[in-house]
Amino acid sequence: MTFPPIVAKQESFQLRSSVDVVVARRGVRDWARDLGLSVLDLTKVVTAASELARNAVVHGGGGIMHLQVVRAGAREGLRVIFKDQGPGIPEIERAMQDGYTSGGGMGIGLPGAKRLVNEFDVSSTPSEGTCVTIVRWKV
Amino acid sequence: MTTERIPILRMGKCLLVTIQVDMHDQLAMTLQDDLASAIAAQESNGLLIDISALEMVDSFIGRMIANTAAMCRVLDAETVVVGMRPAVAITLVELGLTLPGIHTSLNVERGMAVLERAAAARV
Repeated sequence: MTFPPIVAKQESFQLRSSVDVVVARRGVRDWARDLGLSVLDLTKVVTAASELARNAVVHGGGGIMHLQVVRAGAREGLRVIFKDQGPGIPEIERAMQDGYTSGGGMGIGLPGAKRLVNEFDVSSTPSEGTCVTIVRWKV
Repeated sequence: MTTERIPILRMGKCLLVTIQVDMHDQLAMTLQDDLASAIAAQESNGLLIDISALEMVDSFIGRMIANTAAMCRVLDAETVVVGMRPAVAITLVELGLTLPGIHTSLNVERGMAVLERAAAARV
């Protein structure tokens, strides 16, 4: 049985505009640096966070990002949760495929972000919103 | 919001832009428009984009760079992107963005050499 990781630290960021996306990804970068992630892992998690924060603003009509340092046993990592109250993603399986786009984008956001992190979870309810959770563990 | 802008420098027939700030999406779009206008207005035949200060390039900024290069090609100018950090390059490829058709160089000096060769080949 695995226990859910313990949240050691948390901060929340509003996601309403493209400037908020910059502030949020800067927060992720600073925390990743403080945690001691490698330059490559830091770049990956910041890039994934940027994609997901933009999704929340553009497709979710705005939302919130919770940034957390989590511990599971001896492991430490960064967990980032993106929540919006937008229209939701009607076909998550298709949205997770490379090249699928609801319009406008390149269709690499969700599957691309998933490849950049260790854990990725998306849940969405039509007309209620979407919640995406990512974790990058420190090696 | 104030209309902040990223400065575009002119060096002979080339334009040089160094992105030193973490761009929000609107600023990236403004830069794309400014570059297209500047290429046409100054009849430049080369554009060098220095991204060595960028710690991250996501799909939006990547697409803006790709679109800018495509616009320049249509306006008869070459684009070279210089100074991409290794971690940024790895992340971009894993994200699924390979920037096809874009010239890259390791630094400004090599990038300028590429543009000079391209200009010489025109004559």
